[in-house]
Amino acid sequence: MTLLRVEGLTKRYGATDVLRGVDLDVDHGERIAILGASGSGKSTLLRCLNFMEMPDAGTVTLDGQAIGRRESELVKLRQRIGMVFQQFNLFPHMTAIGNVMEGLRTVRRFGKAKARARAETELARVGLADKAETYPAHLSGGQKQRVAIARALAMDPELLLFDEPTSALDPELVGEVLTVIRSLAEEGRTMLLVTHELGFAYHVATRVIFLADGTIHEQGTPDEVLKRPRKERTQSFLARHKEFSL
Amino acid sequence: MTYTWDFAPVVANWDLLAEGLLNTLKVTGTALSCGLALGLVLALMRLSRHRLTSWPAGFVIEVFRTTPPLVQLFWFFFALPLLVGIEMTPFMAAAVTFSIQSAAFFAEVFRAGIQSVERGQWDGARAIGMTYAQAMQRIVLPQAVKRMIPAFMERAIELMKTTTLVATISYADLLFAANEISQKTFRPLETYTVVALVYFVLIFLASLLARQLELRLARSGESTVR
Amino acid sequence: MRWDFASVFDNTDALLVGAAGTLRIFAICLVLGLSLGLVVGLGRYARSRWAYVPATIFVEFFRNTPVLVQILWFYFALPILLPFSISPLAAASLGISLNSAAFSAEIYRGGIQSIDRGQWDGARAIGMSWAQAMRRIILPQALKRMTPALTNRAIEIFKMSTLASAVAYVELLQQGKLIASLNFNPIEAYTAVAVIFFVFLWPLVQFTYLLERRLRRDE
Repeated sequence: MTLLRVEGLTKRYGATDVLRGVDLDVDHGERIAILGASGSGKSTLLRCLNFMEMPDAGTVTLDGQAIGRRESELVKLRQRIGMVFQQFNLFPHMTAIGNVMEGLRTVRRFGKAKARARAETELARVGLADKAETYPAHLSGGQKQRVAIARALAMDPELLLFDEPTSALDPELVGEVLTVIRSLAEEGRTMLLVTHELGFAYHVATRVIFLADGTIHEQGTPDEVLKRPRKERTQSFLARHKEFSL
Repeated sequence: MTYTWDFAPVVANWDLLAEGLLNTLKVTGTALSCGLALGLVLALMRLSRHRLTSWPAGFVIEVFRTTPPLVQLFWFFFALPLLVGIEMTPFMAAAVTFSIQSAAFFAEVFRAGIQSVERGQWDGARAIGMTYAQAMQRIVLPQAVKRMIPAFMERAIELMKTTTLVATISYADLLFAANEISQKTFRPLETYTVVALVYFVLIFLASLLARQLELRLARSGESTVR
Repeated sequence: MRWDFASVFDNTDALLVGAAGTLRIFAICLVLGLSLGLVVGLGRYARSRWAYVPATIFVEFFRNTPVLVQILWFYFALPILLPFSISPLAAASLGISLNSAAFSAEIYRGGIQSIDRGQWDGARAIGMSWAQAMRRIILPQALKRMTPALTNRAIEIFKMSTLASAVAYVELLQQGKLIASLNFNPIEAYTAVAVIFFVFLWPLVQFTYLLERRLRRDE
């Protein structure tokens, strides 16, 4: 069953066409890895899905409901779609638990005790119950990203967007974040993941999309796209990622 | 020719000086609090995407930043009352002028502070479903205000110095008191010297405080804006 | 209420006299303030205590007292200590120049300090004296960085020139006062004065913004 339907998504920056009419259906429980060279429009595609970037043309339909461009609609949409960023974007003036509670308190209007209980659950889920009162400045990159994941989860999103969640991390910290994401996959959550971790994509994704020149160049199961790519550009992209081992 | 200094007549009029000082602080305090509130409003208007709100704010800010404060004060004291048909006391004229004038400066401080907050903070706030107003209030402004503190302090000190202008429209501030006393006692040298020193001590202490605060913010790793 | 600017235009000659007075005091204070500021700024930068301490006292005193108080002090108080009287122009120029010197001194010092130490090393390595290095190598680079701040100072001096009206020096605001009291038209008179200042200063302010933007882009 389709959760999210994207049709004819187009985005232009000045004279550059970043997205040239992307069509995409995301079913409940699907985990889609989006690959592509830098500048292929991966992040832009993700950011257009929850309208962090305003697409120039195209429609986004969530659960059969087309999304308009009014702020009230966008705000509601973003409550249903969680997003995790490359640079974490934690709020530095709030503790870890404060970050997780913020959406519940300000957007969902939860009472303090209820928001706190919920936030504690989410922090425990990402293994950071003991860091609740710590400010982001005193957390490692991996811990920051796990708090950011907890912040997104607290809003009960129907869909999770990960925008290169491990690209800003030191290599030794990547594992802890991927473990958390894998556990979310095992819960059967629907997610879209822009990543350079091809091995991770192969094992976790149910579908892989290869983006080039602002369109979906090739897509299929991880086996199809990563092991037996049909298109030449996909092959050369994969060949350049030597560290990729299945 | 040797002049014999005599501070006794000045000391005898300490009550006038104290009252003047109090009035100076009154104008400064009023203009500061109104100016901060109005400055935030102007900054938010100027940052707006709608020309109908950003343009008037920009106009007010530019006019009050580029014309001399004394000209503004005279305009509000001598011209405005005739224009709108109300009585304007020197205090009212001073409070209105310096509130708007410092609002114009504060607005630019607010704007610089708000713009210094990284785009990612907006992203983070919007991604959890916050509206523009919620993101501004809960996420951006709290971070911006901390960076603006030194610039605010500097502006507040400038404001205290600027309030001396009210003496020219006969508001009984500290400088006006000096004028009174020197005419009464024929001791302008002592009077103006004492008043200059009072201002110096007051403003110097405020500057020291501002510098301390700035150092502490710098040490805690907070960037600041000008 | 009807606006009637004819009564102001009838007094164009008075306004011209005022504008001349404003420009005269502006020029005096600009030259005195910025050049004295350089001397004081070098004193603040110096290692020697004999230069540093007096320069610091000067800067702190004049930055932390209101200009109007200084002007009135020079006009009413100082003549008592002197065998001659002080004109409104002299009193106002003294107050504004000393204040501007204190503020610009800090601009000069900041600008000089911002120059990379390697520039000093390079200059000394080819045998330059301190003064030569300062004049030929350091100051030219520092001046470029200081230009926006110094232009800002110039604008402040222009605005401060109105304070001279407090000791009845004939400048634009003083003439505005005169016109208002002779023709009973304060609305038009003071509006005209405000507009004149705005027209004078606005291009200068925009120019400063441009300089700031260009400097930020260059660095």
